[in-house]
Amino acid sequence: MRTEAMLEGSAKTAPGHNGGTTRRTLAGKVIFHLRRDLLLYLMLIPVLAYYVIFVYKPMGGLAIAFQDYSLFKGIRGSEWVGFENFERFFRSPYFFRNLKNTVLMNVCQTLFAFPAPIILALMLNEVRNYAYKRWIQTLTYLPYFVSVVVVAGIVTNFLAPTNGFINIVLDKLGFDKIYFLTLPEMFRPIYIISFDIWQNIGIGAIIYIAALAGINPELYEAAGMDGAGRWRKMWNISLPGIMPTVLILLLLNISNFIQVGHEAIILLYQPVTYETADVFSTYAYRTGLAQGNYDLGAAVGLFTNTVGLVLVVIANWVSRRFAGNGLW
Amino acid sequence: MSSQKKKELFPYFNAILLGVLALCCLYPFIYVLSASFSSSDSVQAGRVWLWPVEANLESYAKVFEQKQIWVSYGNTLFYTIAGTALNLVLTIMGAYPLSKRRLAGRTAIGFFIAFTILFGAGLIPSYLNYKDLGLMDSRWAILFGGAVSAMNLIILRTFLQEIPEELEESAKIDGAHDWRILWQVYLPLSRPALATIGLFYAVGHWNSYFMAMILLRSESKIPLQVYLNKIIVQLQVPEEIKKTMDVMPYSPETVIYATIIVAIVPIILVYPMIQKHFVKGVMIGSLKG
Repeated sequence: MRTEAMLEGSAKTAPGHNGGTTRRTLAGKVIFHLRRDLLLYLMLIPVLAYYVIFVYKPMGGLAIAFQDYSLFKGIRGSEWVGFENFERFFRSPYFFRNLKNTVLMNVCQTLFAFPAPIILALMLNEVRNYAYKRWIQTLTYLPYFVSVVVVAGIVTNFLAPTNGFINIVLDKLGFDKIYFLTLPEMFRPIYIISFDIWQNIGIGAIIYIAALAGINPELYEAAGMDGAGRWRKMWNISLPGIMPTVLILLLLNISNFIQVGHEAIILLYQPVTYETADVFSTYAYRTGLAQGNYDLGAAVGLFTNTVGLVLVVIANWVSRRFAGNGLW
Repeated sequence: MSSQKKKELFPYFNAILLGVLALCCLYPFIYVLSASFSSSDSVQAGRVWLWPVEANLESYAKVFEQKQIWVSYGNTLFYTIAGTALNLVLTIMGAYPLSKRRLAGRTAIGFFIAFTILFGAGLIPSYLNYKDLGLMDSRWAILFGGAVSAMNLIILRTFLQEIPEELEESAKIDGAHDWRILWQVYLPLSRPALATIGLFYAVGHWNSYFMAMILLRSESKIPLQVYLNKIIVQLQVPEEIKKTMDVMPYSPETVIYATIIVAIVPIILVYPMIQKHFVKGVMIGSLKG
């Protein structure tokens, strides 16, 4: 995948055209490369400056996770308290709730949202009418292009207690109206259906469609000759053909396991649904930014990001070991 | 016999199911559009299904009455155009040198950048960093905050790497210097990749709300999405409409739907043009590994 491309490419760094006959000193080498590629290095400076200032420097700011941080005293003036913030978080009732919600959200996503684009791609693959296929694809990409805020707005208004579209339909069908967004048990289905499935099914299918297009058509012909029907072909040719792609995406999914995006959840949840909706990232946002517990919020962030990193490394190792293919 | 029949039925069944699915993706937009043109009463009574009922432009008049929507629209345009330009320049400046296999230190620099995909400081330290830099409530925060995406940089670098090195060598023999080689050889050749990542960046700017929400205070600087969040998600009735509500009882639904339409019209208009590039981008980004 993307990271793999990065690291794989980097590994093949050519030694450069230094002739290799004369042994140079380190300083000599540096001068040689600087003179030859000065412009390239100069070009990199603003980019590296960006990464240093906006990405790496805040990592230093993670130190406040180990402090009793005061905005006025800053990192230098605040008192060090070791793992106190982490202990506070792990002991609080929120830790278990966040863990449960994060894991459950991910399990539901993997079970229901992850297969959805695969199924869509397999179904599209069976469509012979090219124009019809294009239309379906175009319409299913559409929700991806509107913002999370607009999707949340549509969801909020469609599910509104009295005049929302869904409740009007329920009413006409003779059911009671439901105030969906205040019911904790409805949060996960609402979130997964609207953001993970409705908004992303089309765009998610692209990569599988590409993988399906890469399968040798002779395989299908040969199978047809042997009397295989549609299902057999799908099961024995299409599915194995996209399996590597499925595995890589599943791997990415697992590596994001602890980080459920906060942007969309923050838009839809409310205090009555925190019970099922609150995950690590939303808790870090709420406690850290909204309530000003910067140190605690940073500790929660450091915890999830570290676990996330460890999960990527493990998932990658497992994948390389058993599927022979990883992110790097 | 029966299995023969099943085989013939399947394509129709499949096509119908796909059609239903595509309509599910489209219908909410149709409903929002029709509701925005309908009378408030007909929306509340559930009489709107497909076409506008008692069509009128009142809710649009109310949307356009609010100065704030124009202000935030303008801000979003600014952030999208200036931000994307900055993104592209910096991404090229990062990707081009890293695409040269001869560049000493390439592996280390590549890792320095790729690592940020795997691990980041998180929300709070980033927020405090903006504070330290004096970028609170500043337009610069929105422009600089996500000035380079490591993913896009890697996509472009991979693309540039595949352009044969002989082109560079022959240009050098012809006496071109490095800038000129980049400008006249590499950039024209990478137009498809640039269009793709430019689109990723632009759509990202157009749709982004979270950092703007936490970093910007003044209403004169907030982008459209932050404004939308207030109106269509938190359902806060805009002040200017509240004033008229005292005079005439008014339900905000149709205004909200009109606001949604106003917000997505530009994307829907350019959608047919950008769709193709976007699809290509998703594939470059995911399959080139």
